[in-house]
Amino acid sequence: MSANTFSAAHMNAAGPWEVVIGLEVHAQVVSESKLFSGASTQFGALPNSQVSLVDAALPGMLPVVNMFCVEQAVRTGLGLGAQINLFSVFDRKNYFYADLPQGYQISQLYHPIVGEGHLDIEDTNSNPKRVGIERLHLEQDAGKSIHDQHPAKSHIDLNRSGIALMEIVSRPDMRCAEEAQAYVKKLRALLRCLGTCDGNMEQGSMRADINISLRKPGQELGTRAEIKNVNSVRFMGQAILYEISRQREILEDGGQVVQETRLFDAAKGVTRSMRSKEDAHDYRYFPDPDLPPLVLTQAFVDDIAKGLPELPDAKKNRFVESLGIAPYDAGVLTSEGEISDFFEAALAALGTQDATACKMLANWTITELFGALNRESLEIGASRVSPEALAELVGLITKDVISGKIAKDVFAIMWETGGSPSKIVEEKGLQQVSDPSAIEGVIEAIMEANPQMVADYRSGKDKLFGFFVGQVMKQMAGKANPALVNEVLLSKLNNI
Amino acid sequence: MTDFTTLSLTDLKNGYEKKDFTCREVVTSYLARMEATKALNAYVLETPDIALAAADRSDARIQKQEALSLDGIPVAVKDLFCTKDVPTTACSKMLEGYKPKYESTVTQKLWDAGAVMLGKTNMDEFAMGSTNMTSAFGPVINPVTLPGDARRFVPGGSSGGSAAAVAARAALMATGSDTGGSIRQPAAFCGIVGMKPTYGLCSRYGMVAFASSLDQAGPLTRTVADAALMLQITAGHDPKDATSLNRPVPDFVGELSAPLKGLRVGIPHEYQVEGLGADIVALWEKGRAWLVEQGATCVEVSLPHTKYALPAYYVLAPAEASSNLARYDGVRYGLRVEGATLDEMYENTRAEGFGDEVTRRVLMGTYVLSAGFYDAYYRKAQRVRRVISDEFRGVFENVDVILAPTTPTPSFAFGEEPKDPISMYMNDVLTVPANIAGLPAISVPAGLSKEGLPLGLQIIGPAFGDSVVLRAGLAVERAANFVFPQGE
Repeated sequence: MSANTFSAAHMNAAGPWEVVIGLEVHAQVVSESKLFSGASTQFGALPNSQVSLVDAALPGMLPVVNMFCVEQAVRTGLGLGAQINLFSVFDRKNYFYADLPQGYQISQLYHPIVGEGHLDIEDTNSNPKRVGIERLHLEQDAGKSIHDQHPAKSHIDLNRSGIALMEIVSRPDMRCAEEAQAYVKKLRALLRCLGTCDGNMEQGSMRADINISLRKPGQELGTRAEIKNVNSVRFMGQAILYEISRQREILEDGGQVVQETRLFDAAKGVTRSMRSKEDAHDYRYFPDPDLPPLVLTQAFVDDIAKGLPELPDAKKNRFVESLGIAPYDAGVLTSEGEISDFFEAALAALGTQDATACKMLANWTITELFGALNRESLEIGASRVSPEALAELVGLITKDVISGKIAKDVFAIMWETGGSPSKIVEEKGLQQVSDPSAIEGVIEAIMEANPQMVADYRSGKDKLFGFFVGQVMKQMAGKANPALVNEVLLSKLNNI
Repeated sequence: MTDFTTLSLTDLKNGYEKKDFTCREVVTSYLARMEATKALNAYVLETPDIALAAADRSDARIQKQEALSLDGIPVAVKDLFCTKDVPTTACSKMLEGYKPKYESTVTQKLWDAGAVMLGKTNMDEFAMGSTNMTSAFGPVINPVTLPGDARRFVPGGSSGGSAAAVAARAALMATGSDTGGSIRQPAAFCGIVGMKPTYGLCSRYGMVAFASSLDQAGPLTRTVADAALMLQITAGHDPKDATSLNRPVPDFVGELSAPLKGLRVGIPHEYQVEGLGADIVALWEKGRAWLVEQGATCVEVSLPHTKYALPAYYVLAPAEASSNLARYDGVRYGLRVEGATLDEMYENTRAEGFGDEVTRRVLMGTYVLSAGFYDAYYRKAQRVRRVISDEFRGVFENVDVILAPTTPTPSFAFGEEPKDPISMYMNDVLTVPANIAGLPAISVPAGLSKEGLPLGLQIIGPAFGDSVVLRAGLAVERAANFVFPQGE
């Protein structure tokens, strides 16, 4: 679905209502071991092969916090421009479930490790918009219940049990599905850039709970529904749109939205009630007596801050300000770590900060390269043209070795063969002719062969200029330097 | 066959060194004593094969003059401590037959020092009780008897089996755990020494949890010196327990011989609780005189919030327990009673697996943590806890230790125990404050009640003041010259 049709759908769905959306994103921390045990976190291992005594909650086993996960949370907080709380506390969230071995999840309710921050996105009109971050806290993941292996029994896989998650809670600052999607995409790019979450939504590394309510603009917040565990950006859009129309219908019929937890059914594209507020668990939160408060020093935080990579927003600004790339293009080039990595590698190979060259490289990346990737549904990591080769191609254009037009042909060959652009140009003899005397000779011959056209042009039919350019290019098999052709033609035709 | 069970730890060590007898002979003697005292039900599991094998290893080391500090010393282990490949049940039906694949840090340190495990001792279920009557494997009988009196007495709890085993010479020493008095109270009831160290001194790793912020492992021994040695071995930072103290372990054994002169002892008049027997008050007075005779000075101190310690304890401990015991759900290990649904399985399993006292505390704990009650109970109890800790800290600016009775009454005969839970909980009133504040405290047998039952005096010290507590305890022990009452 394109941006425009989505926007239209959203407008139709909400009508006179203002949509209020807040997100709780659960992001799995990149860490080799779990939050409170030494067990591995590798995805896809045999069931119950990565379970420590602590993860299985055997009697007498105690959690010990993995300081790498703490660093990762701090790193993420810094990336969100957030308050880092030097004092935080782990709490127990108590409930019974077969895949929750301890009978409680260790989380941080009252004193989270990260406080207020923000994430900047663009609204549907491409205007900058700041979404507030309320908090980020660390918590354990539960195991997995598998219900389809036996007619009467459920199976439990505890590999995931105890893996560190960051719950990142936004303010209810988003006003439509697209903003919520932009927020998640931006957050994902940031986490990947920081190396704190791999953002792999298919593997469940990132899941979102969507809080959504409707109100008339200017009024108090309406009653919200919470849609649990949505695991793709596309599903988020569908779930939000469905929820908007469901709530709108209720409100416009004079009814009241019930505060409840709902699940998104991806197959049917609808949300279904999971449990109402009355049935909500009483989690009996209290500070985990097995874990002393987590006390960090400012020096610990400062060390992490020093090691932060350049963040997507900063990179975008740099592309715009020092390289002269258009803001939109800079946004595209920094939307994903792999894309900006590719582009930065190409820039390095280009070996110049010249604005024309950089802009040209940006254009070639976004139009030609992305075009080729899209046609074959490839990620940038699978590009058949390397950053260095793309830079070399752009270099050939800026050094007038080939024209932009010829370059497109060369790119097509590069994409097919993976060959170097210089070699392709040389082998196929595509070098641009920039020798004025050679071009002059061709032009003189064409003028001689077309005296009537020359006369017509000179009597005021300026448009015929294009005819002469075409003839020159045809004669020179497209290899003539276009600027030089224009220059020589103008002087010859106008008898300057 | 010689009865080696009457020898002290020092006698045993000397005898081993001089090759007067072997560890195997001593352990065999203890195994015979365990057999002879089986009716006490102090042990829920005897491990003679493990004991004899360990004794042989100790003998081999002694032969090679490579003796470790506890080589050949027979130890009983409260069934709360996980022992590798040896059933560990916390005396609950819930864990009947459960064999851990890991060893608790405290017991591992004992075995690493050459100690010999005789078996696992009986206890109140999940350490919840003051009589050892809540055990799923039947009550323990206090070895103390009164002349011409057929009544048998409770050993106290929850470490009742450990206390009875040591008192009956069915072990030289035993591990215990003390959440609200579970080492000191049974030690007092059985006429032995029991110490709860500073919170965090001994690792909780591998100790089945009751109330994490209060649970503390400690020794039950015949003498204060034995307690110091056992603590020396079992104390120390453990990276596997985030609440374990990360500071050097003092030389408890060495510091025991420091002079008592100049020790400032506080007598808190708030420990003069309602129902405190005249014989106990008299003993307390005697204890004060003993310490003064040995060079200490005694002053009255005030701990006005003492009366709130017990109610706060009975909010905090059940709250933590309700959560700590949630893992016993029938899913992964232990008892499972099937049901038509997952919830039904939980209900059946927990109804069948937990006894009444555990159920009561889980319910209380669940209640005080519930939405709407949290502030009124749990949060308030935490505030009380801070107030009590601060109060102790203030008092310890002026005194080195506090002297108080361990229990408000001596042991009671079976059938005469308090019938309602609140009266039963009152038994912990003098021991709970030290747990609430995380302080070290020792109970030393100091005299007999008017009936002739053992009574303990308690020394409470400031945090990390375990050494001074032991030293004051030794002074009481020396003066009291307590003789274990044997009616048989």
